[in-house]
Amino acid sequence: MSFLDVRNVTMRFPIKGGREQFVALDDVSLSVEPGQFVTLIGHSGCGKSTLLNLIAGLTVPSSGEIYCDGKRVKGPGPDRAVVFQSHALLPWKTCLENVMLGVRQVFEKTLSAEALQQKAQNALKMVHLEHAMSKYPAEISGGMKQRVGIARALAIEPRLLLLDEPFGALDALTRAILQDELVRIVEDTRSTVVMVTHDIDEAILLSDRIVMMTNGPAARIGEVAVIELPRPRDRIGLATDSRFSEYRQQLLNFLYRKQRHQES
Amino acid sequence: MSSATWRPWIASLLAFAVFIGVWHVLTTTPGGSGPGVDPEYARLAGQSAQAQQGAAIPSPAMVGKRAVELLWNAFDRSNPNNVGIAWHLLYSLGRVLLGYIIAVIVAVPLGFALGLAPGLYQALNPFIQVLRPVSPLAWMPLALYTFKDSSVSAIFIIFICAVWPILINTAVGASNVRAEWVNVSRVFGLGTFRHITHIIFPASVPMIMTGMRISVGIAWFVIVAAEMVGAQSGIGYFIWNEWNNLQISSMIVAIVLIGLVGLCLDTILAGIAHRLSFRE
Repeated sequence: MSFLDVRNVTMRFPIKGGREQFVALDDVSLSVEPGQFVTLIGHSGCGKSTLLNLIAGLTVPSSGEIYCDGKRVKGPGPDRAVVFQSHALLPWKTCLENVMLGVRQVFEKTLSAEALQQKAQNALKMVHLEHAMSKYPAEISGGMKQRVGIARALAIEPRLLLLDEPFGALDALTRAILQDELVRIVEDTRSTVVMVTHDIDEAILLSDRIVMMTNGPAARIGEVAVIELPRPRDRIGLATDSRFSEYRQQLLNFLYRKQRHQES
Repeated sequence: MSSATWRPWIASLLAFAVFIGVWHVLTTTPGGSGPGVDPEYARLAGQSAQAQQGAAIPSPAMVGKRAVELLWNAFDRSNPNNVGIAWHLLYSLGRVLLGYIIAVIVAVPLGFALGLAPGLYQALNPFIQVLRPVSPLAWMPLALYTFKDSSVSAIFIIFICAVWPILINTAVGASNVRAEWVNVSRVFGLGTFRHITHIIFPASVPMIMTGMRISVGIAWFVIVAAEMVGAQSGIGYFIWNEWNNLQISSMIVAIVLIGLVGLCLDTILAGIAHRLSFRE
């Protein structure tokens, strides 16, 4: 059994006022090994976020099973931390308090109060936010908020890190800086990561494996690309790497030729 | 100061001056309009109709003079039949405060219970919907009969009218916490107590404060009417008493004071709401 095992998962949603159901995911299977960085890519509405929420345990699949670290996923839990697209920081808490919320919940039985505080501070240091610990989310930029979101997720030392389009709402430059930081953090912590994105370059830069999903309804896994670029990776070096272009070609082909989005 | 900031002030002052001017002209012109006191009623009240005729609605100057008198003796309580107006306002404020605090103590926890337990909300909703539109004054005779005390009755009336907006706003606030914040709580595995204290409560504060602000306005609204029935003190009693004495000037002064106190209450609540609410 792999570290994360998604087995024949189907997800149906009831359609309002109708007896029929909308099939978001149809018989999806996926496995992830420890320390792997796997990206789910596809057009909007293809069910990639639905799959991530299922792995997080925030929703329950209509049929099929998900196993994480040998245990059946029945609900959300701190072994699978989520970085939300909309950062989802609590605006009435400072950055440090936001990180502390999860840290206290997970470690309060095993660590002293000072050690808890230290752990939360270390997480913020890792994303270079030691200067903003006592600031409220409203007082910092969008990029900084997302960093706090990443720190909050990493601080509880999850077995699996789930990222739901974490940089989707950021401008291109901030996005690149945060991607580089994420590359460094993931390499340092050897985290197992599942990320949802619709950015091809981001997917290649970060992933060991890219799972390409077909268009919904009834989305499935279309192709899987194994990215064999050496780590540590850096975006400037990759820009001239011929393999990078080949992966890019493969993804573009899938997304814009085979799965051309049907939008009016 | 830029012209944009002072122009509205000038306009306000101008409007006020025009209002006072028109009022002055209407009340000082001999044989001018404005309802006179029925001579029959004046005779019954022990006053000569002639003396009251011109003064049915007093002129601004008379009201101003009366205001100075009332404010000069505002804290006077040497004569038990003629207690200063400030004491009446304080009596009213005290009743409003008591009824209001009881309403907050009851409505906020109950609102949370309703917001977090949809079944309970559905069970109690019919009662809330039936009781909520009842005019607070409809309770007054029943309250007087039950409590046998006009002050307690007034406090009860304040409670019964202040409780609904706080209750409903708290319930709506607690049940409509943004899904992403609830998901944060679920992912980190927060227990029920922490979920309520760290997520649900702070997220609902703006809604609760809005309810409390609406309620304080209604409470101040209703106390005047409640005190007109049976009370022996308070600003509502004062107005009714001055009406019985045909002291129209005093009534007008009291109306202005009621407005100013209401404004203060709203400003205080808005300030508290601003301090307690989070920014995004």
